[in-house]
Amino acid sequence: MSEPTAPVKKKRKVVLDQRLQAYRGVWVYIEHERGRVHPVSLELLGEGRKLADTLGVELAGVVMAGVDAGAEARGYCQTAFEYGADLCYLMQSDVLGEYRNEPYTQGLTDLVNAYQPEILLLGATTLGRDLAGSVATTLNTGLTADCTELAIDPDDRSLLSTRPTFGGSLLCTIVTLNYRPQMATVRPRVMAMPESQPGRTGRIVEHGLLLAEADIVTKVLEFIADDRRDTPQLPFADIIVAGGRGLGKPENFQLIRDLAKVLGAEVGASRPVVQAGWVEADRQVGQSGKTVRPKLYIAAGISGAIQHRVGMEGADCIVAINNDPDAPIFEFAHFGIVGDVATILPALTEAFWVKLKRQASLPPQEEAA
Amino acid sequence: MHSVVCIKQVPDSAQIRVHPVTNTIMRQGVPAIVNPYDLFALEEALRLRDQLGGRVTVISMGPTQAEVALRKALSLGADDAILVTDKAFAGADTLATSYALAAAIRQIGKELPVDLVFTGKQTIDGDTAQVGPGIARRMGLQLLTYVSRIVEVAPERREIVVERRAEGGVQVLQTRLPCLITMLEDSNRMRFGSLPDALRAARQEVRHWDKTAAGIEDVTKIGLKGSPTIVSKVFTPSPRAEKAEMIAIEDGSPADLAAALLGRIAARFPGVEKELAQRA
Ligand SMILES: Cc1cc2nc3c(=O)[nH]c(=O)nc-3n(C[C@H](O)[C@H](O)[C@H](O)COP(=O)(O)OP(=O)(O)OC[C@H]3O[C@@H](n4cnc5c(N)ncnc54)[C@H](O)[C@@H]3O)c2cc1C
Repeated sequence: MSEPTAPVKKKRKVVLDQRLQAYRGVWVYIEHERGRVHPVSLELLGEGRKLADTLGVELAGVVMAGVDAGAEARGYCQTAFEYGADLCYLMQSDVLGEYRNEPYTQGLTDLVNAYQPEILLLGATTLGRDLAGSVATTLNTGLTADCTELAIDPDDRSLLSTRPTFGGSLLCTIVTLNYRPQMATVRPRVMAMPESQPGRTGRIVEHGLLLAEADIVTKVLEFIADDRRDTPQLPFADIIVAGGRGLGKPENFQLIRDLAKVLGAEVGASRPVVQAGWVEADRQVGQSGKTVRPKLYIAAGISGAIQHRVGMEGADCIVAINNDPDAPIFEFAHFGIVGDVATILPALTEAFWVKLKRQASLPPQEEAA
Repeated sequence: MHSVVCIKQVPDSAQIRVHPVTNTIMRQGVPAIVNPYDLFALEEALRLRDQLGGRVTVISMGPTQAEVALRKALSLGADDAILVTDKAFAGADTLATSYALAAAIRQIGKELPVDLVFTGKQTIDGDTAQVGPGIARRMGLQLLTYVSRIVEVAPERREIVVERRAEGGVQVLQTRLPCLITMLEDSNRMRFGSLPDALRAARQEVRHWDKTAAGIEDVTKIGLKGSPTIVSKVFTPSPRAEKAEMIAIEDGSPADLAAALLGRIAARFPGVEKELAQRA
C-alpha cells in the first residue's frame, strides 16, 4: 500500500523526541555526472535555501565522489556555494568512483548520523531514487517521492511535502511524524533554477568512508554513455512545440516539426500520440513523461489534461491552439487561439520564419535597441 | 532458480475521475488491475525459469480482493501465489510495506531458498519507487534498480550481470545472488498466458498469510504504526488566477492571427522575445 491510501489525518501536531530535536539544517544531495553538477541539484539548492531561511538554519550540500575526482569534487562544492549552500560535506573514497547503491547508501547514512540534518532533499533521478529509498529504509525515516512543492509548517517546523496522487488528478501533502531526517525527492525542472552568485563561498567539511573495494559486492563492468546527439534534452529546452491527439493523424505531426525547426525548438507530445507511435517516448511531456520548463511552450491539439499540465505549467509563456473554445488548456495558457491546427500551425511557422529572418538582417545596433 | 515477484493490485488510474462538485475521488466502478510495471518483472522471472528451470512465486500485500491480481499472475505462468493480508497492515506507507514484504519473502525462503526478488520500477498509484529498495535493504540484498536487461545469470557461480539505466548512460553491473531487481518498463514483452495455465490458475490455491504466517516479528513496524509518513491533506490543484488571453480577430485569416499572437508575445514576454532574437 502506498502513501495515497494512508488515511488522511486532520492537523496533527508532531511532537519530536528529545533525541530528534537535535536534528538541524537542510541538506541537498549534489549529484554530478562526468564533471558537471546535475541541474536538479541546483534547483534543489534554490528550494533548500528558502526552507533553510524559513527555519533559520544552514543549507548544506553533500558531495560524494571518487578519489580520482580530486579537485573536481571541490569544484562541485564551489558550485553549490554559488547556488546558495553555506557549507558542503565532502566524502571522497576509492569506492565512490562510479555510483553504486551499497557504498553510496553507507556513505550518506554515515553523514546523516554524524551531522543530523532535519531535511534531506535529492533529485528524483535514477540515482536519487535508488539512493533515497535505501537511505530512508536504513535510517528508518519517511521519504516522499516526486514532490512538486515544499514548505515549512510554521507551527512545528515540519516539512510539508506536496505531490500529485491518484494519477495526478489530486495533490496531497505528506508530513513525516516522529522521525528524522525528513526526506523528499523532486524531479528535474519542477523547481525554478536559482540565480548563481559567482564568488560566493562556504565551508567544506570532509568526512571519510571506512569501506574498501573488497567489501563491495557489486562491480561496475562497463558504462555505456548515451549518444547525447540523438536523445532529446526536452527538460532543458528553452522552446518546445508540442502536439497532441488533435493533430488527427501521424502525417500532420510534420506541422509540429516544421514549426519547431524554424524556432530551433524541441518537439514535445502528449501521451496518446506517444502511445500511438507518432513520436518517440522520450518526447512525452507530463506526469508519466518529462517535466519541462521552457521560456515558450506551444501546445497544438492538446486538451490540457491535468497529467499533461503538471509537466509543463512551469513554462514562462504557454500558447495553446485548439478548435474547442472550452478546452481546459485555455484555463491556464497565457495565449489562446481557437482554430484548426492544420491552418494555424503553418501560419505560425510562416510568421516566425519571417520575424526571425527580419531580425537576422537587422544591423547589430538596431537589434540592441 | 527461484524468483519471487512482488506485485500490487492498483486501480486503473486511466479511469479514475474526480467528482466535479465535491472534488472527491470517484472509486466506484474503477477496475482493479495488476500494476502494469510489475508485469515486466514477472515476464523476466518467467523467462529465467524457462531457461534455467526453477520456480516463480508471486507475492502481494493487500486486501483479500488482491487475490485476483495473483490469479492473473498464475494464469500468465507463475507457479505459486501468496497473499499477505491482515487488518494490521492497513495504512502502511512504503517503509512499513517493505518491512512486511521482506518478512514474508524470508518465510518463502524457508520453504525454498530465493535466488532473485523482482519488483516493478514503481506503481501507477503511488509512483514512489521506494518499496523495491526498501525490501532489498531490509533483507540485506544487493539492489539493482532500473534494470533494462539481464545479460547473464550463472547459478553455479551465484553471479548475475545486468544492464541498468543510469543518468546519462547504461551501467553494466555484476553482483552476487540473491539480489533484488526492479525492472524497467518496455524491457520485455509480456507473454499471453497458455490455456493450461489459465485453467490451473482458476483452481490453484492462493495462500493467505496473516501477520503471524508472514513472520512479522515487530508489530510496531507494520501498518499505520510502522509508517513515518502520513497524508495530512488531499486537494485539487488550484486554477491559475488568469485565463488565457484569446487572440481573435473578426474575419481574420490564420496569418492575421499569427501576426497578432507574435505581437502580444513581444509585448508581454520580453524574455521570450530575447530568446527568439538569439535564434535569428
Ligand atoms: C496515470 C496517468 C498518467 C498520464 N500521464 C500523462 C503524461 O505524462 N502526459 C500526457 O500528455 N498525458 C498523460 N496522461 C493522459 C491524459 O490524461 C490525457 O489523456 C492526455 O494528456 C490527452 O492528450 P491530448 O490532449 O493529446 O488528447 P485529447 O484529450 O484527446 O485532446 C485533443 C485536443 O485536441 C483538440 N482538437 C481536435 N482536433 C483539433 C484540430 N483539428 N485543431 C485544433 N485542436 C483540435 C480537441 O479539442 C482536444 O482538446 C496520463 C493519464 C494517466 C491516467
